[in-house]
Amino acid sequence: MTIAYQLQCRECKRTYGLQPLSICDECFSPLEVAFDLDYARTRFTREAISQGPLDMWRYRALLPVPDTYVPQTPAGLTPLLAAPRLAAHIGARNLYIKNDAVCMPTLSFKDRVVAVALANAQQFGFDTVGCSSTGNLANAVAAQAARLGLKTFILVPADLESAKILNTQVYGATLVRVEGNYDHVNRLSSQIADRYNWGFVNVNLRPYYAEGSKTVGFEIAEQLGWRLPDNIVVPMAGGSLITKIRKAFGELIALGLVEDRPVRFFGAQATGCSPISTAVKNGTDQIEPQRPNTIARSLAIGNPADGMYAARAIRNSGGWAEDVSDIEIVSAIQELAETEGIFTETAGGVTTAVTARLYAHGRIQPDELTVTCITGNGLKTTDCLQGAYEPHKAIRPRLSDFENFVDEHNASSQLLSLAGEAHAG
Amino acid sequence: MPVRVLLPNAFQKHTNNVREISSAAANLPELIAEIERQFPALRPHLRGEDGHLRRFINFYVNEEDIRFLGNEKYSFKEGDEVLVIPSIAGGSN
Repeated sequence: MTIAYQLQCRECKRTYGLQPLSICDECFSPLEVAFDLDYARTRFTREAISQGPLDMWRYRALLPVPDTYVPQTPAGLTPLLAAPRLAAHIGARNLYIKNDAVCMPTLSFKDRVVAVALANAQQFGFDTVGCSSTGNLANAVAAQAARLGLKTFILVPADLESAKILNTQVYGATLVRVEGNYDHVNRLSSQIADRYNWGFVNVNLRPYYAEGSKTVGFEIAEQLGWRLPDNIVVPMAGGSLITKIRKAFGELIALGLVEDRPVRFFGAQATGCSPISTAVKNGTDQIEPQRPNTIARSLAIGNPADGMYAARAIRNSGGWAEDVSDIEIVSAIQELAETEGIFTETAGGVTTAVTARLYAHGRIQPDELTVTCITGNGLKTTDCLQGAYEPHKAIRPRLSDFENFVDEHNASSQLLSLAGEAHAG
Repeated sequence: MPVRVLLPNAFQKHTNNVREISSAAANLPELIAEIERQFPALRPHLRGEDGHLRRFINFYVNEEDIRFLGNEKYSFKEGDEVLVIPSIAGGSN
């Protein structure tokens, strides 16, 4: 029988077949899923994909699930949008947004990775699944586990945004709030996964889980008419997404679905938690852990598991990494919403602000085809906009009141516009 | 003044399934040396070809990454619990 895919050590290349395992017991390096691309060659074709379902499972021939698996968790196939108004604001002329703010069912790209992880949890016979999470993953595991009838233990930092806590509990998940930051939660999860026979999506199921991120890359290529962009800007927390999009592009090239052309990878972090961008700027792939302090809590991983690989992927592609302040993050959330009608969470503010800076610093040229990845929805992090908008005084239900309102509104808009011109001049 | 040291599942193949030891090591270098003495089968797996400890192995003291506490300079205190945990990454070149 042909082995379509199996676990392999990233460093010593030892193979492990298929089991719930993420660490090589020879060299203690991470395991990943390696595909037999020759086997995939006849199955992963443009034609086969076009006949697949209108979700991420259209790429199943390069996802770690058996041929017999019947997907029950549709996710992905989110819009790739031209972004001319944001582009005009930031000096770009050929900018696209991959909008996972509307990824179903829980409004973040984590729905993709969880779909693959839970498919494998079922294959391995786990009746209980769990994760450590900064929020979006918690939501995705809770929702999809409910759909599959799996029990859940979900660990999050105690100070997580209330919307992300509610969006986990509503699915009946067992939520465990842990004192400390994500890195504390993650370490505890490693110990739990060692002790209990559960499927932890980002611990013992992590190699399978991570492959789900490739679908972001597959979709971008297909939506561009089976071609690769010049540049891609990706938010970085643990650093996995950027490496898996790169893996996806590499697989598409290897199988002849797209022309082989260089893509530069750009990573985005918040300055208050920027271990990977710091490493890139310092020209190293050694990650120095940080204590996170940023409103971008979904990116607040101070000791990123894939940081070294992310830094290496960025450097090898000729890309760069940047980090932005909390004030810039909030401004960018507003700018993206006002220009393109996309309300993203703080992580998307990071990506948008970093994208703007990359153009401003000349690291990306205006005419290059550039895709910026929005990975989560603003409805989950409304806290960061508290106080940003003063409530207007209510008017009486009279046309004259409304006319006065419009006059005042126009006057203040004009003032703001004049102030803007004076500032710009 | 011994410290309690918890070893990960990934080590157990090389430690005859021992998951926990008590150590009188004063600091991290002494602890690593003691682990290697106690489990000779583990030693070739702990270090890369360059002789350095493999980069994916992390040490925590109580609730903190030992790198935040001074790393090799940190002196273990009575009652410390030391966790050895490999990084969990799934990266790709």
